[in-house]
Amino acid sequence: MAKSENEMTWKDVEIGCIVTEPGGAKAYESGTWRSQRPTYNFNKCIKCGLCSLYCPEGCIDKNKDGYFEADLFYCKGCGVCARECWTKVITMVEEVE
Amino acid sequence: MATRIGVEVSIAVADAVKLCNPDVIAAYPITPQTHIVEHLAELVANGELDAEYIPVESEHSAMSACLGSAATGARTFTATASQGLALMNEVVYVASAMRLPVIMAVANRSLSAPLSIWCDHSDMMSVRDTGWIQIITENGQQAVDNTIISFRVGEDPQVLLPVMVHLDGFNLTHVVEPIMIPDQAEVDKYLPKNRFPLPLNPDKPVAMGGFAAPAIFMETKWAQEVNIQNSKKVILQAWDEFNKIFGRKYEPIEKYQSDGAKTLILTVGSSGETASVAVDELKKEGMDVGQVRIRLWRPFPFEELREAVKGADVLIVMDRAISFGGPGGPIASEVKAALYNQAKKPNVVNYVISLGGRDTTVSDFKNIIKQGVGIAEKGSKNEYEIYGVRG
Ligand code: SF4
Ligand code: SF4
Repeated sequence: MAKSENEMTWKDVEIGCIVTEPGGAKAYESGTWRSQRPTYNFNKCIKCGLCSLYCPEGCIDKNKDGYFEADLFYCKGCGVCARECWTKVITMVEEVE
Repeated sequence: MATRIGVEVSIAVADAVKLCNPDVIAAYPITPQTHIVEHLAELVANGELDAEYIPVESEHSAMSACLGSAATGARTFTATASQGLALMNEVVYVASAMRLPVIMAVANRSLSAPLSIWCDHSDMMSVRDTGWIQIITENGQQAVDNTIISFRVGEDPQVLLPVMVHLDGFNLTHVVEPIMIPDQAEVDKYLPKNRFPLPLNPDKPVAMGGFAAPAIFMETKWAQEVNIQNSKKVILQAWDEFNKIFGRKYEPIEKYQSDGAKTLILTVGSSGETASVAVDELKKEGMDVGQVRIRLWRPFPFEELREAVKGADVLIVMDRAISFGGPGGPIASEVKAALYNQAKKPNVVNYVISLGGRDTTVSDFKNIIKQGVGIAEKGSKNEYEIYGVRG
C-alpha cells in the first residue's frame, strides 16, 4: 500500500472502500490487540502442529529448530493454542508495557 | 414515439424499468409488495425482458442479492414497501457505503403495529439516514420518469450511489393514471451503459466489504458524505437533460403559485396534488397562499428550500410520519433546521396528517392552511399539530 492507514486522508479512500491490491491482511498488525502472549517450554513439544491448526490468526509456524511458535506481529493473544496443546507446552503470560 | 396510456402506476413503473434494460431484479414477492415486481416477473417469464429475476426468500436477501449483482457491474433493480424495507434495513446501509448503484422503488406504507397496508411515510423515514439518494414523487408520471432518471444518476461515475424512488403506496401504486410511456430509442439515448469502475472480476480481482479500523473509519464516512453532497450537481444535470429530451422538468424544490405568497404549504408525496387544489380554491377566496414540494429528499436541497420560502411569513409543513417523543414530523424537523440560522425566515407550523391511509381532502387542506396561519399568529403550546384525530 502506498500510504498507511494513519496517513491516508478521506480523498485517498477508494470508491466504496474497495481493496484493489492484495496484502491488506498481511500488513495489518493484529498483534496490537494482544493483552497476553504465548510462552513456550519446548522441552515438552512433540512437534505435532495441532496448535498451528487451531490458531485463528494462522500465525503459528515452525521456527528454525522445527518447533511451532507464534509470530507476535499477528498473534492476538487469544490463548486457543495454550488450551489445545495436549502436552502443555504453552503458557499465556500478561503483556507488560 | 412516446405513448400516453391509462395504466396502473405500478405497472408503468415496471415498464419504465424494462425500458432501462436491467440485468438483475431481486425481490421478495409477498405483501407488502406491489405489482411493480410482479409485472417485472411476468415480463421476464414471457421473454419480453432479458434479465435475471431472483425470487429470494426475504427482503433482507433481496437487498443482499442486489449488492452482489451491482458489485459485478450489472444494472440492478428492486422494489419494496413498509415491513419489507424494515427487514432489509441492515443491508440498505451497506449499498450506499459500498457505493453500489442499486435502484429501488419504495411504495410508501405504514410500519406495523397496528398492521396496516395503507400509505404513510413511516417507512421512508426509517431509511432517512441510510446514505441513499432519495427522490419523492407526487404522481405516476413522476414515478415513471424518476425511475429512469435514477439509473442515470446512480450509475454516473461521479456518483455511484444507490437511489430510492418513493411513491405513495395505494394512492399511487394501485391507481390508474394517464401516463406518457417514453420511447425506447429516447431512453437509450438518455441512459448510458452501466460502467461500474471496479467490478468483481476474476481477471482483475478486488475485495469488497472489508473492515476499517478506527484509524481510517472516519475518513471513509466523510468520503461518503462528500460524495452524496456532490451528487446533487449530477442530479440537476440529469433532470435538465431529461427535460430537454422528454419535456418534463424536475427540481429539488418544486413551487406552485408560491412566488410572493405570504403563506406557504409544504407537501411531500401524492397528497401534494390535493393540496394544490386547496391552494387554488383559497386563492379564489382571496387568500395569499402558495405551495412548495420537496422532490429531492437526499441530498437535502438546503439552498433551494431557503430560496423558495424566504419571502413567506408562514410555512405550514405536512408530515406523514411521527418521530415519537421527538419534534413531531421528520420533514418539519429538517425544514426548521435548514432555516434556523437564517436572518429572515417564515414561522414554521407542523401538521402530521394522513397516517395509515387516512384521507386528507381538499377541504381538510383548506382547514389546515387557515388553522396554520392562526397558530403562526397566536402561537401554540404544541411542538406540532396532529390533524383529524378524534377526541
Ligand atoms: S500443540 Fe503443543 S506439542 Fe503440538 S506442536 Fe504445538 S506446542 Fe508443540
Ligand atoms: S494466542 Fe491465539 S493468536 Fe496467538 S498464537 Fe496462540 S492461538 Fe494464535
